[in-house]
Amino acid sequence: MRKPLTIRILSALDKKSWIALGIFLALALVVIPVLHLNFPEDSALHVSTYAITLIGKIMCYALVAVAMDLIWGYGGILSLGHGLFFALGGYAFGMYLMRQIGRDGSYGADLPDFMVFLDWKELPWFWVGSDSFGWVAFLVMAVPAVVAFVFGYFAFRSRIKGVYFSIITQALTYAAMLLFFRNETGFGGNNGFTDFKRVLGYSITSSETRLVLFGLTAITLAATLVFAAWLVKSKFGRVLTAIRDAESRIMFIGYNPLWYKLTIWVISAVLCGIAGALYVPQVGIINPSEMSPANSIEIAIWVAVGGRGTLIGPIIGAFVVNLAKSWFTVSFPEYWLFFLGLLFIVVTLMLPQGLVGLWKKLMAKKGDAAC
Amino acid sequence: MLNTVNIFEDDRPEGSDGADQMGHFVTGELDLSHGVALYLEDITVSFDGFKALNNLNLEINAGELRCIIGPNGAGKTTMMDVITGKTRPDSGKAFFGQSIDLTRLTEPEIAHVGIGRKFQTPTIFEQHTVFENLELAMKTDKRVWKSLMAWLAGDERDKIAETLRLIRLDGEADRQAGLLSHGQKQWLEIGMLLMQEPKLLLLDEPVAGMTDDETMRTAELFVSLAGKHSLVVVEHDMAFVEKLGGLVTVLHEGSVLAEGDLATVQNDQRVIEVYLGR
Repeated sequence: MRKPLTIRILSALDKKSWIALGIFLALALVVIPVLHLNFPEDSALHVSTYAITLIGKIMCYALVAVAMDLIWGYGGILSLGHGLFFALGGYAFGMYLMRQIGRDGSYGADLPDFMVFLDWKELPWFWVGSDSFGWVAFLVMAVPAVVAFVFGYFAFRSRIKGVYFSIITQALTYAAMLLFFRNETGFGGNNGFTDFKRVLGYSITSSETRLVLFGLTAITLAATLVFAAWLVKSKFGRVLTAIRDAESRIMFIGYNPLWYKLTIWVISAVLCGIAGALYVPQVGIINPSEMSPANSIEIAIWVAVGGRGTLIGPIIGAFVVNLAKSWFTVSFPEYWLFFLGLLFIVVTLMLPQGLVGLWKKLMAKKGDAAC
Repeated sequence: MLNTVNIFEDDRPEGSDGADQMGHFVTGELDLSHGVALYLEDITVSFDGFKALNNLNLEINAGELRCIIGPNGAGKTTMMDVITGKTRPDSGKAFFGQSIDLTRLTEPEIAHVGIGRKFQTPTIFEQHTVFENLELAMKTDKRVWKSLMAWLAGDERDKIAETLRLIRLDGEADRQAGLLSHGQKQWLEIGMLLMQEPKLLLLDEPVAGMTDDETMRTAELFVSLAGKHSLVVVEHDMAFVEKLGGLVTVLHEGSVLAEGDLATVQNDQRVIEVYLGR
């Protein structure tokens, strides 16, 4: 007997998690918008634009963290180049936002400002169609997917594993960064894209647009979590963790690890691309520094801090680390990187299961004490 | 059954995935019409000049239970690596049945045509439950899409339950496999092998770390499997080998030194020299 997909997806999370997810969505879609729009700025209940942008940004990071957990926590493959897929999604959507500026740029031209500055007369071929939301939405997923597929196919086929794989992914994102730094590449060089005005015709800085983007990000994060939970609970997920733990055994019972790794690798890249596309309109800028190796390493730190292979842990990790970052970079900007390094060392040495592992340990101790 | 000749025309490098681009295993049917399950001819494998296998010849009949013995470094594990596609021989032929050329298939493809392998140290999925270990091993379509949509049917659950009873782990189905005793892990791996429904089972030291009682029960299980399956057992435990009956092949320095029933082999002067001479 085959179970319908809806029932399978419903059984991906337990009751408590569904309730938590419902509360999260209610907060993001109802409570925060109401607090933002209905209370004056000096009210204690007012949620500021700054807060909404910050949380929206962190939710995008959390989405990347879940994508990273799928490949690292469950697949056992540590990518130190996930920032690349995030940036590709961001750039793809940024192209659309650049086109939405229309003639309101500094030069009042049809072409984006940086092209006018470079004295280009027409759009490069890969910008064709970038004024169409539908086409760009497709690119947001397709570009990371194709890059991930091609790279992953050769890497996994050659059975490149462990630290070698991680180093190659670092090199990949670094090479892409250098490429995007060049003006001739056609993505605005080191300035990237910024000064966005509109999205789908609506002003990008208005409260309503911000709240819609915020809500969309929350919905995407929630949906990704459900999808990821379903994925890891399926037989596919069990094969994936089996590959992580004993790859030779999985081959000798007839699974080809290549296609399993490639599938989760591409899914992970696509999720990062979507996160990047949601990030750019909220933050208002995308430039090649998003591809810097340090950014990708930070993604791994979020996941490690929250707890690998738990799905919820990486979301917690992304929030904890990034909230700490935004506090540190205001209060003690020069110490942030030291703190980040320290955090990584402490987590690696003392909390191999991250915050979620710590929580579980504490709960278990409490249970023992009660007995 | 001439239509079952191997379809791969050009030599493929190790680790290539030509035929299973989308997970299809186009490898033809197992042809046992001449009564030969496994045929190795002049297999040579060298690692940095050291010949792990040296013109090895071996023939296993369909339904046969064969024991392989030999001192350390005789090439027993390398031989299994060649049969299962992990190591490509420098020269020689390796056929499964009449038509399946093992030197041209990848590990998962070889698993699909019906060769199951048990490793020397029990290799199971320690983070998964006993039940899940068997579920993953079960003979089925093992492509990505099928795994995404897989949902255990009633008869599949029955099959797992049956195997659980056979390997005496029916009380441990939901236990994490890493928590089993060494002997239980060995049995679980044997159970996983059976779930694959292979035609040929390669068993590398299956009773290492088992109690005498477990060893004897394993022997009974293997004897009952012979006939329907072909078995190749590498083992040092002579009591176990004796209990299995069947032919014994002695490997030494990468080739066959002697072959016959256990008593004959044990009285062979060269075998005695190899085992005791140094």
